[in-house]
Amino acid sequence: MTLEELHECAEKENKKIQNGKKRILYCSAAGCVSCGADFVRDTLKAKLQEHHLDKECDVVGTGCMGLCGEGPLVKTAHDTVLYQNVDESAAEQIVTSHIKENRIVTSHQCDISSPFFASQYKIVLENCGKINAESIDEYIGVDGYQALAKVVSEKQPQDVIEEIRKSGLRGRGGAGYLTGLKWDIVSKAKGEQKYIVCNADEGDPGAFMDRSVLEGDPHRVLEGMAIAGYAVGANQGFVYVRAEYPSAIERLKLAIKQAEKAGLLGSRIFESNFNFRIDIRIGAGAFVCGEETALLASIEGRRGNPRPRPPFPSEKGLWGMPTVINNVETYANIAPIIRNGFEWFSKIGTAKSPGTKVFALAGKIKNTGLIEVPMGIPLRTIIFDIGGGTPDGTEFKAAQTGGPSGGCIPSQHLELPVDYESLATVGSIMGSGGLIVMDSESKMVEVAKFFMQFCMDESCGKCIPCRVGTRHIYGLLDKISKKKGTQDDMILLQELCMMVKETSLCGLGQSAPNPVLSTLRFFRHEYEELLQPVETFQEFNDVHEVNFEK
Amino acid sequence: METVHAVPAKGQHPSGDNRFKLLDRAITKHQGRGDALIEVLHVAQGIFGFLENDLLIYVAHSLKLPLSRVYGVATFYHYFNLKPKGEHTFVLCMGTACYVKGAERIQEAVERQCGCTFGETTADNKISLITARCVGSCGLAPVVVLDNVVAGKLSVEQAMQKVTHLQESRVEEII
Repeated sequence: MTLEELHECAEKENKKIQNGKKRILYCSAAGCVSCGADFVRDTLKAKLQEHHLDKECDVVGTGCMGLCGEGPLVKTAHDTVLYQNVDESAAEQIVTSHIKENRIVTSHQCDISSPFFASQYKIVLENCGKINAESIDEYIGVDGYQALAKVVSEKQPQDVIEEIRKSGLRGRGGAGYLTGLKWDIVSKAKGEQKYIVCNADEGDPGAFMDRSVLEGDPHRVLEGMAIAGYAVGANQGFVYVRAEYPSAIERLKLAIKQAEKAGLLGSRIFESNFNFRIDIRIGAGAFVCGEETALLASIEGRRGNPRPRPPFPSEKGLWGMPTVINNVETYANIAPIIRNGFEWFSKIGTAKSPGTKVFALAGKIKNTGLIEVPMGIPLRTIIFDIGGGTPDGTEFKAAQTGGPSGGCIPSQHLELPVDYESLATVGSIMGSGGLIVMDSESKMVEVAKFFMQFCMDESCGKCIPCRVGTRHIYGLLDKISKKKGTQDDMILLQELCMMVKETSLCGLGQSAPNPVLSTLRFFRHEYEELLQPVETFQEFNDVHEVNFEK
Repeated sequence: METVHAVPAKGQHPSGDNRFKLLDRAITKHQGRGDALIEVLHVAQGIFGFLENDLLIYVAHSLKLPLSRVYGVATFYHYFNLKPKGEHTFVLCMGTACYVKGAERIQEAVERQCGCTFGETTADNKISLITARCVGSCGLAPVVVLDNVVAGKLSVEQAMQKVTHLQESRVEEII
């Protein structure tokens, strides 16, 4: 495809929309499909046919519309009315009254001026819920692949890196390393072959941001990867996706096929000398493969064991060659930055953490779903304005960010701005974006035990602090939660946590004790309430005549 | 005493099992490269349902990899099963969101009902109880997946009822 053809295709798409053919969009992301979106689609289609409206109105599946807890969601494209909890009768009413007679079905209407929608700022998710995720033409219609065209035909690779560096974009996988800097290292590293890798191994339980992007707007990720390839001089990319996301894999495969057919991936892209291919690698259910060196091992077909860094993957990555590894959300940010310029991007969010962040809100919260907010927004706004607070009026207790590697943020820190540095000050991390809300019913010792069990099961077993340490921490937590623990166990628990944190090989072990440490910091009383009373401990010593000084 | 074995046709697996042809096709697609091991195991499990020892030996031979490497990879990743599954699967999501919303109570109740723990298959080989890390439908927590159909926002009673449904399908078949 040439640049002119791309523009032509975009114009054709836009004309189609302006021509006024009505469209009913239904959310075809996993959350809505689980509660019957396919049935809603079939009902809508059948009813349209029944009322002879199928020539005037299309039914189109899109990516995640956000409010996953109220699914299935349906939206009319021409007047943006959103319907929630759509069942058979609601679907029929949408056709008979809204499409036919232009009367909105108020009983299922969702207020899109509510804070849940109004407080969001969408960059990564701008097309999710708007375009047909399975159509490359619709992506091109919303300025898709324009950034790639601009980069390949107008810019030098070094200028692209400079643009990304100036935008201040930081890795959205959790650690927050500057993306531009990473690309710069790879572009300067020596190696006859370089690789681009997209980390879509979203293992954090309770996180589904990457899946939603891949399902709702796969071309955006491919475009970002291709731009990265051009910038650093790579001609091969890999997307590493979890096997647990079959629909994301299907959409991604389809998107790659479409892009190759259109000449937007493959050889001589936009009639330049730039070649770029993307292959999919499917994970097989190992949390540790989210760690970059383990992920590389897995792509090479080996056990997902991490290795010590340095050398970092930017110098010695896949098959020993320089490799860029970024998260799905990071790549999804690239095309808009190139299109709108780095000045635009750096004005959003805070000075140190520009841009937006996608969060998956879940747990004890009214509006569960997918949100995108500017960095630096107070946690209170996310939980109480956007999330609507805890359901049934129970009391908010803590929010957990960063999954099993993160920490709990208690209610006294609700005013905390959400960015990389601020979250670190309270012992949590940004993580990939899972945000689980807990209310007064949640017991923090049990929560810590839950995460420790997760890390214990997922430890790859290569290094001893993580393999043995997590098991012992779990044992201690189990003992304490069964009211058999003593003060000595608490001391041992803390020492063990620090030891595992400081001596483990990779990020999994180093961050595994975080949930315990952060609950100990803010909810110590919950642990202490479960300890054996000191008297019985004394009695025990008296009876057994234990002499500790011996 | 000599036994006479039927000679398999060229390119056919000695067992005469045609499913190996599908597997061979996948191996050829990856040009027999060792780094495609995980992809090949995915295909093998998709065709055969689980990875038995003979299959692992066959894959190792085809990809020219040591068997230790193939076995190491197959046991490292949770997704690969070395034992056959039951007729039905009951997957309970134990992600954080589901946990906070009471998946543990469902776990206890279902284990009591089935008489086996998660990770096992019932004695009559009908239901495999499996826990998942997160199926990504956190908005519907707590979530179970019954034979690839997701059911969300379940109470303990509803979950137990679902198990009974799975068990009853067996009763009908026997009658």
